[in-house]
Amino acid sequence: MTHQFPSLSPEQKKELSDIAQRIVAPGKGILAADESTGTMGKRLQKINVENNEENRRCFRDILFSTDSSISNCVGGVIFFHETLYQKSDSGKLFPQVIKDKGIVVGIKVDKGTAGLNGTDGETTTQGLDGLSERCAQYKKDGCDFAKWRCVLKISDGCPSALAIAENANVLARYASICQQNGLVPIVEPEILPDGDHDLQRCQYVTEKVLAAVYKALSDHHVYLEGTLLKPNMVTAGHSCTKKFTPQEVGMATVTALRRTVPASVPGICFLSGGQSEEEASVNLNAINQVPLHRPWKLTFSYGRALQASALAAWQGKAANKKATQDVFLSRAKINGLAAKGEYKPTGSADQASMQSLYTASYVY
Amino acid sequence: MTHQYPALTAEQKKELQEIAQRIVAPGKGILAADESTGSMAKRLNPIGVENTEENRRRYRQLLFTADQRIDSCIGGVIFFHETLYQNTDDGTCFSKLIKDRGIVVGIKVDKGVVPLAGTNGETTTQGRKQQEQTLLKPHTKFLLYFNGYICVCVGLDGLSERCAQYKKDGADFAKWRCVLKISETTPSELAIFENANVLARYASICQQNGIVPIVEPEILPDGDHDLKRCQYVTEKVLAAVYKSLSDHHVYLEGTLLKPNMVTAGHSCPTKYSSEEIAMATVTALRRTVPPAVTGVTFLSGGQSEEEASVNLNAINTCPLVKPWALTFSYGRALQASALNAWRGDLNNEKAATEEFIKRAEANGKAALGKYESSGSGAAAGKSLYVANHAY
Repeated sequence: MTHQFPSLSPEQKKELSDIAQRIVAPGKGILAADESTGTMGKRLQKINVENNEENRRCFRDILFSTDSSISNCVGGVIFFHETLYQKSDSGKLFPQVIKDKGIVVGIKVDKGTAGLNGTDGETTTQGLDGLSERCAQYKKDGCDFAKWRCVLKISDGCPSALAIAENANVLARYASICQQNGLVPIVEPEILPDGDHDLQRCQYVTEKVLAAVYKALSDHHVYLEGTLLKPNMVTAGHSCTKKFTPQEVGMATVTALRRTVPASVPGICFLSGGQSEEEASVNLNAINQVPLHRPWKLTFSYGRALQASALAAWQGKAANKKATQDVFLSRAKINGLAAKGEYKPTGSADQASMQSLYTASYVY
Repeated sequence: MTHQYPALTAEQKKELQEIAQRIVAPGKGILAADESTGSMAKRLNPIGVENTEENRRRYRQLLFTADQRIDSCIGGVIFFHETLYQNTDDGTCFSKLIKDRGIVVGIKVDKGVVPLAGTNGETTTQGRKQQEQTLLKPHTKFLLYFNGYICVCVGLDGLSERCAQYKKDGADFAKWRCVLKISETTPSELAIFENANVLARYASICQQNGIVPIVEPEILPDGDHDLKRCQYVTEKVLAAVYKSLSDHHVYLEGTLLKPNMVTAGHSCPTKYSSEEIAMATVTALRRTVPPAVTGVTFLSGGQSEEEASVNLNAINTCPLVKPWALTFSYGRALQASALNAWRGDLNNEKAATEEFIKRAEANGKAALGKYESSGSGAAAGKSLYVANHAY
């Protein structure tokens, strides 16, 4: 406890820190294209496209071959394992396509959730076995960051102390192993939006969860400057009868983060959860306009919120490729602006009326 | 765990945050004038002054009656219990004097340390039930050196009632000092946990009574450990402190932190520049202290007056994002020259007060990164920064 047994050399630390900075460079965020095979099935079913390997390859190819201006707003792409070894129409491996655009390649490394016995349906996440070897291989295959998703839920008795402690611990183990292999770990402690709890409750739980996460990261000697955080925004539950404005979401979110996330963490990339594309952009924008000091980058790591329209435009038809790319690029640019607090949705009220909805921070 | 039982109303939170912000307003820091009776003996003996209540009163008076020059560099004064109820020569209560000039009044509320059984001489700070206190009883001496190590703090019993009374008597913030030490085997997990826990209890109780808690987890500079070791231990201790504050539902915006700077041990053969100290210190804080904390007010420990100012200045010019105010809460580093100039002599009072004002102004500048100590060049300073990823 009192002696340091350094886990990383200065060179390793510099590499990790540089990678993290590149991913969250100003105006840039992450495309989460790491949907598992099962999850892709859900996406493709909606547009009546068969869930086979070629269709999955085809859709990712359309996204990844978008005009190179995409790299002005996308700093990193998260891959699913299968996709990492697929090729574009031109025969180039996808990681190479992404890298050639100056975008950092990431890989989902968790293996899904597992039940925590004796709890009210709570889970932890598995994937630690052989993780070090897998990370070493992914690094050779072009990856520079990884992602691991833990899940918590809010209900009358949840999240329990065990769920919080166990998920924080497994996230810290994962992060530690990644860093040993030159991969920047994105730490994702998602608190689901399911439920009828209000904004205040979500903020409270988020603060407790994040405090536990950062204590665990400290205990596991993780180098914070070489990590990223992927949290939920602080929102009310889906079935909450009260509605909250983007400014309230922004204030609650930034307050929770200021109380728990050390300034040495270079960037916070929000998950979009169940939000619509526009909601996710407007909320991110509001977050970046909150009048409190925010020492980390606040950007996006969106899956659905970047791809919903693209999927709808594609419909599985090659002829729709350009339209799909246009729509995707448009969403990416909007989120790039939102990451700087510069997004002005057409038809939105002016700044003045927005400002008046801020509640002084001490209420949070 | 999942439901919030709010500890503070919106108004209470607002009051606490505003007090904290006033104390660490830009260019301002804290005069730690809370030396216990025993500690004052250590200050007065070397200058040949008898440690009587009157002498302690006269000495604090020459500090508190300094002219308006200190109003722009002193945001708060920490009092010892006895001093809170003393008056100036013309009968003005010290706390009223300080408050009326727009400086926030604070009070030391811990009662010293006791050993943690089963450790290598480590300690915690605990509470002693006490309704009234005029003089300290001998057995409540604080720094119990047990095998040369330090302990845990004391003072939780009846703390809420004491805080309520202090608030009525003019105090708006409090201070509680926990002590840890670096050695081959310390600080132990128990010492870290126990001290973090007691600091959080103290903080929680203060806030209930409208008092901003200054949280002080001091890691002593005794020893031959190097800068890296101090940084490592400081990071572990502070991580535990902030987890504890979260567990105890403390409102961070209404607190201040009073840590040690990250320095090598006193007997370490390697010497470090102020830039290296600054980088190590700011790095440790960035990794552990949430941005919501309003301010960090460093203790000066064993540093000389000049050292303490130069280091604070380097901290404020360190090229990393620093989301909290970084200022001073100095005792010896504000008073050493003043004490020397005074030597108990009425005729020296004005000169002594001048020495204090000089140091206060120097540290006010250092808190803004604008202090130029004679003999230091800004350019020479810059080149000594080691890239932050090496920390």
